[in-house]
Amino acid sequence: MDKISAVLVGLGSRVTDRIWRLGFAMRFFVMLLVYSGQTFLRPRLLLREIWFCGVLSLIIILVSGLFVGLVLGLQGYDTLQRYGSSEALGILVALSLVRELGPVVAGLLFASRAGSAVTAEIGLMKATEQLKAMDMMAVNPLARVVAPRFWGGVISMPLLAALFSMMGVFGGYLIGVVFIGVDEGAFWSQMQSAVDFREDVLNGVIKSFVFGVAVSLIAVFEGYDSIPTAEGVSRAITRTVVTSALAILALDFVLTSFMFRSL
Amino acid sequence: MPTDNLVKISDLNFSYDNRAILNGINMEFPRGKVVAIMGGSGCGKTTLLRLIGGQLRPSSGSVTVNGRVVHEMGHDELYEMRRRMGMLFQFGALFTDISVYDNVAFQMREHTDLPEELIRDLVMMKLNAVGLRGAHALMPNELSGGMARRVALARAIALDPMLMMYDEPFTGLDPLSLGVIGQLIRKLNDALGATSVMVTHDIQESMLIVDYIYFMSDGRVVAEGTPDELRATKDPFVHQFLYAEADGPVPFHYPAGDFSADLLRVPARG
Repeated sequence: MDKISAVLVGLGSRVTDRIWRLGFAMRFFVMLLVYSGQTFLRPRLLLREIWFCGVLSLIIILVSGLFVGLVLGLQGYDTLQRYGSSEALGILVALSLVRELGPVVAGLLFASRAGSAVTAEIGLMKATEQLKAMDMMAVNPLARVVAPRFWGGVISMPLLAALFSMMGVFGGYLIGVVFIGVDEGAFWSQMQSAVDFREDVLNGVIKSFVFGVAVSLIAVFEGYDSIPTAEGVSRAITRTVVTSALAILALDFVLTSFMFRSL
Repeated sequence: MPTDNLVKISDLNFSYDNRAILNGINMEFPRGKVVAIMGGSGCGKTTLLRLIGGQLRPSSGSVTVNGRVVHEMGHDELYEMRRRMGMLFQFGALFTDISVYDNVAFQMREHTDLPEELIRDLVMMKLNAVGLRGAHALMPNELSGGMARRVALARAIALDPMLMMYDEPFTGLDPLSLGVIGQLIRKLNDALGATSVMVTHDIQESMLIVDYIYFMSDGRVVAEGTPDELRATKDPFVHQFLYAEADGPVPFHYPAGDFSADLLRVPARG
């Protein structure tokens, strides 16, 4: 009986800890927004973070986008040609990428590449008392360190997702048109007529923006809230990647169910 | 002690998670003086610095800086006060992503509208004062421990503070760097007309440069006086601390039961 009670108490305490932490994260988010003004008044701070989160993530995003497009081209053609619809390959590749794969895969890659780096940087700044030193110099670390990194991530993410989709479409074109020989005119014209700007492209951009907010918030919060030791920072980085991945997939389901209600 | 105090601590208590860290602390820090707070690790010295800087709120009592009670200040007032404070952290806490020059220029750029040419002159003057003008282009990871501490000192005095706080400034330094930092603390304090609060457990170096010393143990002030007064005192705690005796009022052994009983106890196999 005692063992069961201990297990239940442990479980309850873990659940309440998570809820407390969620509350801290929300309060942190509100404070972050309050202190975000300086970020936009000092564009150099923001540009530095866009460079760090966005430009330095380009290689992994572009190469991954290309390979995802190549695979989509192969798989799509293999399925479509069974039904004599291989000209619809352009539609399949574009819709898959713009609606789903672009924002989701780019978000996962962004969390692994930029999110983990942001958590590590902020966590190590905390562990080496740099944030405390800044606070003692009457410079708010939320405004000077956290907010620029958050907004740098939020701005970079939709751009990276768009580039991912673009490279994916190019990969699909390479496989379908250049290597397999699907009619080029049909590939592009069917894509143009079937992909709706508001319904497909804009919704994809909204998704990638939401993922950008989620991943950037998780990354800066985990860094700021990390235990200031080597082990604490390492755990915070792991939490950033795992929580971001789960958040992206869960948010994707929620957003998709609202955006494409005709399904 | 004279009455013109820049910092005054009155009946200060501080607890963390219901654990008392500081108990009824009373201290005075006169303008222009270098005052050391000494004591073993974990006796609440650094907590005291954080209370002076307003990073913690006292459970009761007060810390007054320049006539203002720190914990009654709002965020903007507190930041206004901190602009007139400098703090040297235990390991420097330099910003590792920017150069030595940018570290020292950091506060000037954040808090003033000075033109870059003037900032350059000021940075060079501060770095020259700590003997590291030639290292202005280096990154923090290229500095030795002693150099990093000196750069952090230059950064802390960037805006000519009225109050300097030092958190274990001598930790981990070789004897040469230790002497250099000690002399810099004294000279800069006198040159700036500042007041310095130094938390340390380095007795020999501190006794050479400070005007007054508070000894702390278990969150209380157990002795105080000028270096000469403390050298002459018969107080057993001060004697143990000054002469680094392993046993005394601060026991060598952590509280434990009977030694022979512990040796005879048969351990349970896990």
